[in-house]
Amino acid sequence: MAKFQLKINGKQLSVDVDPSTPLLWVLRDHLHLVGTKYGCGAGACGACTVHLNGNALRSCQLPVSAVGTQAITTIEGIAISETEMHPVQKAWLELDVAQCGYCQTGQIMSAVALLKRNPNPSETEIEAAMTGNICRCGTYIRIKAAIQHVAKSSKK
Amino acid sequence: MGKANKNQSRRSFLKVTSLTGGGMMIGISWFANLIPNEAMAHVADNNNWVQLNGFIQITPDNQVKIFNPNPEFGTNVMTSLPMMVNEELEADWSKVIVEMGDYDTPRFKSQFTGGSRAMAMAWMPLRTAGATARLMLMQAAANQWGVPVSELRTEKGEIVHINSGKRLTYGAVATAAAKLPKPEKVALKKPGEFSLLGTPQKNKVGKEIVSGQSLFTMDYQVEGMLIAMVIHPPAFGMQLKSFDASEALKMPGIKDVFEFQVYKDGYVKAGFDTRTFNRLIAVVGNSTWEVMNARKKVMAEWEPIQTTKEPVMARGGKRDEIIPEGLESTDEHLRQMHEMQKKPMRVARKDGDPEAAFKNAKRVIERTYTAPFLAHNPMEPISCFAHITEEKALFVAPIQIPEMMKQNLVANLDLKPEKIEMKLARMGGGFGRRAYGHYIVEAGHISKKVKAPVKLIYTREDDMTNGIYRPTYIMTYKAAIDENNNVTAFHVIGGGFPESPLHENRFPAGAFDNYLAESWELPTNITIGAYRAPRSNFNASAEQSFLDELAEAVGKDPLDFRIDLLKKAKANPVGKNNDYDASRYMGVLQLLKEKSNWGSPASKNAKRGVSAYFCHASYAAHVVDVTMKNGQPYVEKVVTAMDCGFVVNPEGAKNMVEGAVIDGIGNALYGELVLEKGATQQKNLNNYRIIRHREAPKKIEVHFVQSNIDPTGLGEPPFPPVFAAVANALYKATGKRLYNQPYIKELNKNKA
Repeated sequence: MAKFQLKINGKQLSVDVDPSTPLLWVLRDHLHLVGTKYGCGAGACGACTVHLNGNALRSCQLPVSAVGTQAITTIEGIAISETEMHPVQKAWLELDVAQCGYCQTGQIMSAVALLKRNPNPSETEIEAAMTGNICRCGTYIRIKAAIQHVAKSSKK
Repeated sequence: MGKANKNQSRRSFLKVTSLTGGGMMIGISWFANLIPNEAMAHVADNNNWVQLNGFIQITPDNQVKIFNPNPEFGTNVMTSLPMMVNEELEADWSKVIVEMGDYDTPRFKSQFTGGSRAMAMAWMPLRTAGATARLMLMQAAANQWGVPVSELRTEKGEIVHINSGKRLTYGAVATAAAKLPKPEKVALKKPGEFSLLGTPQKNKVGKEIVSGQSLFTMDYQVEGMLIAMVIHPPAFGMQLKSFDASEALKMPGIKDVFEFQVYKDGYVKAGFDTRTFNRLIAVVGNSTWEVMNARKKVMAEWEPIQTTKEPVMARGGKRDEIIPEGLESTDEHLRQMHEMQKKPMRVARKDGDPEAAFKNAKRVIERTYTAPFLAHNPMEPISCFAHITEEKALFVAPIQIPEMMKQNLVANLDLKPEKIEMKLARMGGGFGRRAYGHYIVEAGHISKKVKAPVKLIYTREDDMTNGIYRPTYIMTYKAAIDENNNVTAFHVIGGGFPESPLHENRFPAGAFDNYLAESWELPTNITIGAYRAPRSNFNASAEQSFLDELAEAVGKDPLDFRIDLLKKAKANPVGKNNDYDASRYMGVLQLLKEKSNWGSPASKNAKRGVSAYFCHASYAAHVVDVTMKNGQPYVEKVVTAMDCGFVVNPEGAKNMVEGAVIDGIGNALYGELVLEKGATQQKNLNNYRIIRHREAPKKIEVHFVQSNIDPTGLGEPPFPPVFAAVANALYKATGKRLYNQPYIKELNKNKA
C-alpha cells in the first residue's frame, strides 16, 4: 500500500492503495466516482475512458503510481457548472443517444477529447477517434450525429 | 407463437390506497394469461407468470411519480411505459418523475423484460391505471366544488371546471381521491385522441446516464461492502477437484476464499435457472483489484465431469436434462451437425406430398447454413449485490425476470420468501443474458458465508467464458422446381446443440402446397439460453438467404418473389397453423420496396440485399447496401420497414431499430465464440469481435407502417432479418453465396 495525491476534477484527493491498482478501480472503489465504467479491463472497449491532461485515456490500463501530478478529469468533472451540463452531454440528450447507457460516459469522454483537439472533425475523423469505444446496443449513428451537432453549434 | 391471444381471460386488479402524509397511490397488478412466447420456451407452465405491476403516486405537492414495472436494459421502457400511464392520467409529462419499481412482494408480484413483450403486456393495464387515477381525481374535485364530473376536464396535472375556469392541482385532491370508491369501468382514449403516445419523447433517464450517476449494479456501494469474484472451471466438461488457497489468503485485503455449491443436489431447475458450473471458488476481499490479484494465487485442480442428469421443470412437465461428459469443440459440433442433416428426423410439419414433388422435380436446390455459439457480452459484465442477514435478504440485481428467481433463492439459499427484497438496477445491456439469474444465488451464498454486504463481480473474461450462449445451429433447405420454374415443394431440416432453431409454422410455410419440416437436437454441456430473438436470429438468416437464392434460380426479383409467395399464402394458405399474418408481412415488404427505391443502389459502388422476417409479434424488413473497402465488406446504408402496430414512442422506437440493425450487421459479419477442448477461444473483447464505430453504417432509415393495431415489441424483431440482408448484398458484391456465420470468416476463407 502507498499513499497517492491525485488531482481529479480540479480537486486534490488522497488514496492509500497498492501502487499497481489501475486508476479505474481507484476511481470506482476508493473515490466512489462510478461514472467511469468497467467493461473489459484490457483497454479494448473504452468504457473506462477518462482524461489525463485533457487527452482521452483508458483508465483500466494506467496504474495509479503512473499518474503523478497529472490532471485527471472524469465524467463527473466535465459539466460547465452544477446546473449546466457540458455541450457534449447536452447533445447526447438532444439526439437521445443512449439505450442501456453503460458505455455512454466513456463515449462522451472520448468525444469531448476529440472535439477539444479538433473542433470540427470529419466523419472519418470521428470514426477513427471513437472506434475504441464499443456500444453493444449499437447507438453509433446517434453518437456520431451528437458529435457533429456540437461541432456545428460551436461554429456558429 | 407471436400473436397475442385476444381471447384470454384477464383479471384486472387496481388497488387504491392513501399515502401516509397525504396523497394517493394506485397499485397495478394485472394477471394476464398471455401465452408464453417463444423466448419462454423453457419456462414452467405457470399460467400466471405474466403479471404486470407498477404504481402511480401523487403527493399533495402535486408531484406525480410513476413507478415503472419493467426492468430496464436499454429498450427504453422507463419512458415508453410511463407514457402509457400518462396519456390517460394527463399529468404534466415534463414534470412526471419515473422511477424503477423494485421487486418487493406483494407490491410487485412480477416484472418482466424479455421476449419483446413489454409494449403488448402493458398497453391495456397501464392506460387503464392512468384513466382510473384521473377519474378519481376528477371525482374528488367535483365533490369539493359540488359540480358533476361531466363539467370538468384535465390539463397537465390540473382539474379545470370548464364553465368557471376554477382549477385544482392533482395534488390538492389526491388525499380525498384516495378515499373514494374505485370506478368499475373507465373509458380509454382511442388512438386518434392521443396527445402523448405516438409523439417522440426523449429518454426520462437521459440526464442520469450522461452525467455518470450510479444507476447500475456495478456502481452500487454501501458502507462495509466487500467485493467477491468466483473462479470457475477453465472449460465446459470440467469440474473442481481440489484447491489450495493458502497463498491467496495471505494477499492484502483478502477476507475469505472458499468453495460453494450454487444449486443443491437434486434441485429442480425452472426455465430461467440455467447455470454454468455448480461448484465454484469464491474470493472475497476489500477491493476489486485486491480480489483480482488474489484470485490468481488460488491453486485449483480440475477434473472431467461424468455424464449427469439434472431435473428440470419445463413446459410440458418435469424432465431430466442430460449433461454429457467430454470436452467439446466447434469442429466436432459442425461435423456432427452435418452428419445429422443426412438422416430422417422428427417431422414437425408436413403439407401435401413433398416426397412425390421432389421425385418429379426438374431441378432441386439444396443449401445448408450454420451459425456458431454467440456470447451476449452486455457492456456491463455480470454482477450482483447481496446482503443476507437474519432480518432480510437484500439484493440489488440486474435481472430481466425477478419473479422467476424467487423459488430459486428460497430453495438454494434457504430464505423465507417474505424476507426477500430485490432492488432492480438499470442493466448495462442484457440481450437475454440477464434472464438467467444464477449470479444472484451466487452472491447470496457468498454474503451468507462472509456475513457481510457483498458485491459479486464477473470480469469480462468470466462473463464471456462462464456464459449462457446462443446455441450453435444448422439448417438445410431444399426446393423442388418444375420445368416452368415453379417451386413445387419446400423442405427444411433444422437442428443444433442443444436445441433446434426450427419454426415450422413460420413463412414460407403456408405458401407451398408440398412442405416438410424436420427437427432434431443433440445434448451438449455448453450452457445455452435466450439471445435476442432466440432461434429466430438464426432461422431468419438461413431461410431468407435461401429464398434469395431460390428467387434467383427461378428468375425472379428477390423482393417480388417474397411478395408473390405471401400473396399466395394470403389467398390460399396451405395448412392451418401458419404463424404470421400474410397481409402485414406483405405490407412491410411493399413499404420497404417504395422507401428503399428498390432497384437503385444508394451509391454507385453499393450492392443491395433484401430480407424480411416476422417474430415476437412484429414484422421487419431491410434493404442493405454493401460496398467493399480494401476487400472487406462495409454496410454503408440500411433502409428498414417495420410493422409493430401503433408506435408508442417514435424516437425510442427508431433508436431501438437502429441498434438492432447494427447489432445484426456486427453479429452476421463478426460474431463467433469458438470452442476447443471445452474452452471458449475468445475470452475478452480484444478477440471477441463486436461491431465498432467505423464499421457501422453511415445511415439507417427506419420507416414504420402507420397502424392503430395494439403495439408490439421492437427489441427483437428487427434483429433476425439483418443477417440475410447482409449475406444477400454480399452475394451481389462478391458473387459468392455465404452459408456459414460469421460471414467475414467465410468470405476471407473463400478468398484464400
